[in-house]
Amino acid sequence: MRIVRKHHRVLVQGITGKQGTFWTERMQEYGTQIVGGVNPKKAGTVHCDVPVHASAVDAMQVDGGFDASILFIPPLGVKDAALDAIEAGAKGICILTEHIPVQDVMYVMAAAKERGTMITGPNTAGSVTVDECFLGFMPAFNERIFKKGNVGVMSRSGSLGTLMCQNIVSAGFGQSAFVGIGGDPIIGTTTKDALEALDHFDGTDAVVMVGEIGGSMEEEAADYAATMNKPVFAFIAGGAAPAGKKMGHAGAIVMGDKGTYASKKTALEAAGVTVLNTPSHVGEALKDALTG
Amino acid sequence: MNFEEFAAKPLLGTAGIAVPKGIVANTPDAAAEAAEKLGSVVVKAQVPVGKRGKAGGIQLADTPEGARGHAENIIGMEIGGLTVEKVLIEERSDIKREFYAAVLNDPASKGPAVMFSTEGGMDIEDIAVNSPEKLKKAEVDIRTGFNSDQAKALVAGLDLDGANDAIADVLVKLYEVYRANDAELLEINPLILTGDGDVVALDCKFVMDDSGVKRHPELAEQGTPEKLSQLETKGEANTIKYIELDGNVAVLANGAGLTMTTMDVVRHHGGNPANFCEIGGEAYTKGKVALEMVLEKPGVKSLVVNFCGAFARCDVMMDGLLNAWEELKPNLPVFFSIAGTGDEEAIRMLKDRLDMEPYPNMDAASKAAVEAANAAGGLS
Repeated sequence: MRIVRKHHRVLVQGITGKQGTFWTERMQEYGTQIVGGVNPKKAGTVHCDVPVHASAVDAMQVDGGFDASILFIPPLGVKDAALDAIEAGAKGICILTEHIPVQDVMYVMAAAKERGTMITGPNTAGSVTVDECFLGFMPAFNERIFKKGNVGVMSRSGSLGTLMCQNIVSAGFGQSAFVGIGGDPIIGTTTKDALEALDHFDGTDAVVMVGEIGGSMEEEAADYAATMNKPVFAFIAGGAAPAGKKMGHAGAIVMGDKGTYASKKTALEAAGVTVLNTPSHVGEALKDALTG
Repeated sequence: MNFEEFAAKPLLGTAGIAVPKGIVANTPDAAAEAAEKLGSVVVKAQVPVGKRGKAGGIQLADTPEGARGHAENIIGMEIGGLTVEKVLIEERSDIKREFYAAVLNDPASKGPAVMFSTEGGMDIEDIAVNSPEKLKKAEVDIRTGFNSDQAKALVAGLDLDGANDAIADVLVKLYEVYRANDAELLEINPLILTGDGDVVALDCKFVMDDSGVKRHPELAEQGTPEKLSQLETKGEANTIKYIELDGNVAVLANGAGLTMTTMDVVRHHGGNPANFCEIGGEAYTKGKVALEMVLEKPGVKSLVVNFCGAFARCDVMMDGLLNAWEELKPNLPVFFSIAGTGDEEAIRMLKDRLDMEPYPNMDAASKAAVEAANAAGGLS
């Protein structure tokens, strides 16, 4: 479950914090089925109209349990919280936190792989299933950014993904779903995983991929894109970035000739993907592909 | 965070991996004194970059006077853009063979990988390209670790002049050091076999995961902080990611991806970005100090502000920015693009307080900023 649906039951770990509370309320308003929260110190209380549990394992014992968990947890607490959700049997976990020690992330990934748990993030802004539900801190409720349509969008960056979605709406199109995968070097749902999920998602006729310099995920996704029957458009951020500098995201760094803009553009174009020079070009590109 | 050889090697020594005896010297006199104690030595520049040998930063000396002479040449030398401030004086080893060993974070397997090659002494990238069949890799489940049997299996079948078990032992210890210290890369290149059959780490490269630094405050003091400009240091002190670049169009945006893209679009329209400055995430309330920083850079001719609110609210960012603008009253053309959470309030504030309208999108705003910078540049 890389794309969360209205019927999925969602647990919020860290629900009682300031951000946890604010975004839980937004998710509830939009339609996300929040069934409970976790805070060991406040177990037994009610917060945002849902019961607070001592652990994800406890939350799973309650009638109906939960399908997915979302974490509003500080960096050094993420490993234990995620392992709790994996042990509980979560099908999916969304990790928003940035600056988690990578060895902690790898520990969580190993445990998740063994149990078949799908991880999204870390360092993602979340995902949006338009007019159904959302996870994380995406402005799903802003109708100039998200409008029901037939374009699937995936992005490493939350802010840039938001901009791309706005450009799509202002060009007269809309989205089926948005998947934020996160800006860390090691993440659960990769560019290729997200592309594949959107390819198979109902009502999706084209996919827009927002990538970044660094790593080789866009190159791997290109192999999958080559097998798709739907048009794919890509924008890769960081073409003007100097080598050897981490551009805000830990994953966005060019070392030697690895992870460069040129390498990604070449691989994507060879796979039949249209690479956009700026995010503003997405509207014209969609018009050419989906209308006329 | 990078650790230079002299700071990384003691970690190996403590874990039981043999390293040559060495003494750090900051002056030619100290180098001579160290050579007096050690005999025939190697004088090695201490900078956290590769290719030290090719740059002339590694020299052999048989006498203290020789060591002094090499230290005089090497201290103050520029290698990879860094000035050498100290040298490591190390006893010379009898090198029979050179190998490569490393443990690193592997994005492909999403776990640690232990790497070994019989082709030591050269860049790992070169080994991977030129003789990939000679690069052995073991993917590790970080929950259970890397044990002696796995290490022996990794080097099984390789002709290591009978040192297979000793090398397997080094790999296990190397993994332990990697795991205990939040390393993202721990590399021994070369790992040598001496004429006497000893396995010795001749060099060591250690990069600590920046997100793990707070778990190792004492060790982190031994690391070499990234060399930052004055403005970059100011950014770090204010938890704003600021990178100084050589152009004249200042960039202020929220979120790493959006900020990078604003730079790209400035470049696409023929301009040259002056900086990367991101106030997203937890830093989104810091519009004021961010504006001060982008304005402080000399030679800036225009500014493009690109806000796209998701977690970060446009109105909060705009309020901080406008407060700073009213206080600093900069004489600089500024071009806005505003979208996302809190955009309507932000646009209203811009109208009320600066009597300005945002551009319809970041392309238009960036293009206008580039044109303004080019026009101003022509006058100066």
